[in-house]
Amino acid sequence: MNDLMKVSSNPHIRSKTGTSSIMLSVVIALLPAAGFGIYNFGPRALMLIAVTIASTVLTELIFELICKKKITIGDYSAVVTGLLLALNLPPSVPWWVGVVGGVFAILVVKMLFGGLGQNFMNPALGARCFLLISFTSLMTNFDCDAYTGATPLANLKSGAQVNILDMVIGRTAGTIGETSMIAIVIGACFLILIGVIDLRIPGSYIVSFVIFVCIFGGHGTDWAYISAQLAGGGLMLGAFFMATDYVTRPITKRGQYLFGVILGILTGIFRIFGPSAEGVSYAIIIGNLLVPLIEKWTLPKAFGKGGEKA
Amino acid sequence: MNSAGERLVNGIVKENPTFVLMLGMCPTLAVTTSAVNGLGMGLTTMVVLALSNVFIAMLRGVIPDKVRIPAFIVIIASFVTVVQLLLQGFLPSLYEALGIYIPLIVVNCIILGRAEAYAYKNPVIASLFDGIGMGLGFSVALTCIGAVRELLGAGEIFGIHVMPDSYVPVSIFIMAPGAFFVLALLTAVQNKVKLAGERRGRDMSKIQSGCGSDCMNCADTGCAHRLYDDGAAKQDAGKEDNANG
Repeated sequence: MNDLMKVSSNPHIRSKTGTSSIMLSVVIALLPAAGFGIYNFGPRALMLIAVTIASTVLTELIFELICKKKITIGDYSAVVTGLLLALNLPPSVPWWVGVVGGVFAILVVKMLFGGLGQNFMNPALGARCFLLISFTSLMTNFDCDAYTGATPLANLKSGAQVNILDMVIGRTAGTIGETSMIAIVIGACFLILIGVIDLRIPGSYIVSFVIFVCIFGGHGTDWAYISAQLAGGGLMLGAFFMATDYVTRPITKRGQYLFGVILGILTGIFRIFGPSAEGVSYAIIIGNLLVPLIEKWTLPKAFGKGGEKA
Repeated sequence: MNSAGERLVNGIVKENPTFVLMLGMCPTLAVTTSAVNGLGMGLTTMVVLALSNVFIAMLRGVIPDKVRIPAFIVIIASFVTVVQLLLQGFLPSLYEALGIYIPLIVVNCIILGRAEAYAYKNPVIASLFDGIGMGLGFSVALTCIGAVRELLGAGEIFGIHVMPDSYVPVSIFIMAPGAFFVLALLTAVQNKVKLAGERRGRDMSKIQSGCGSDCMNCADTGCAHRLYDDGAAKQDAGKEDNANG
């Protein structure tokens, strides 16, 4: 009798969409960026992606076996974490950096806080920042077979010329998955069309970032500078694939707009006033930490509550 | 419950100030970048703790209840000044490494906590061993944290290179976030060890952290929980009322 009284938590709408189908569509949407990364940087990039994904999935499996918990690797969320982390690594890093990052992402950021749905920050970005602080020289060395020298954003910061067309197509130095704006936007369009993500967060993020750059960037409304800022670095990858992570974004609609604006301003501050050229990953994890507060502020009024007092 | 051995075990294992009571977190997180720094901080604190416990226990009949905290602080601060000058004179490298955290021992909550919870109510010898036990517990904890951080973050222990040359130091471990990671890890490990011992049927009541939360029938007069427990407050109501003004 007790079994009959059990009600699962909301929403109660029946749908075939589940965690695994959403995560699988994110994997599919990341394939253009991953594919371009492999084409751009060679088989080494493919090896790094494979090693990192194996590391995240195995970490989740082993943790759940040791702790005798339900095995959840079938929901593909570990695959998404591994793929996103690999796309955030420079192609020249040794393979074990991917393994260490994968273990940190799943074990510390995700499983220790209770698994998928309980993690307070994006596991892939948490691991990227961990690696960036731990192995700074390895993580900021973008030299590889195809390219040497600084990333377009670093050039932009030091005042050198950048080629916008190359940046949009992706023929530049950078992390494996961030270089090609076109490949990322193709994947993002796919996600938007099938309804997995919407434009609230990416849109408000990018618009507020552009406004910030116009005001504080020192180049006014120079379109070349602004488009280079948009196409360079991890902004597109972060805005479409990592800021929109279901677990670590606000649930409320107003909260999502606010979240995007905060990310845009933080990214602008890090990129223009900070010592390094890039700041998307730090901006997003700081934004993640503010999510509970944002949700508290933007909680919609229940129907019938509030209103004007007579 | 006030024997010397019992006080030592209590400080090192049962009520380890770092891993069980979670006191003195500021120096714990800040100075444990290497095993030597951790050990130095721990022993410095132990000396101050033992001496201040002895003096507070000796003066416990003289110090009026209402001004006991300022009196404790004066005693503790005197010893900290002595220790600071000695370190500056004889161990200048450690003095440099610990920096502002030496004068901050004055406000270390372990020392004030032991003064308030134990030394003010107990005889001199027991208070001395309580201070040494707590200080040793603090030293052991800080040295462990420092050793793990130094090993992972620099590939060394006590300044000796132990990791193979191919090991790339994970430098986050000698920065602030690493302190939190290692503290959490070691606290989890010692909880796990205590739990495992309990499952094997060993009597862990003497070593287990915390207490049975039955302060009315508890004989441990040095227990820090008593101060915050209503039952205990009622039990020696007269004394506590005087103490609280």
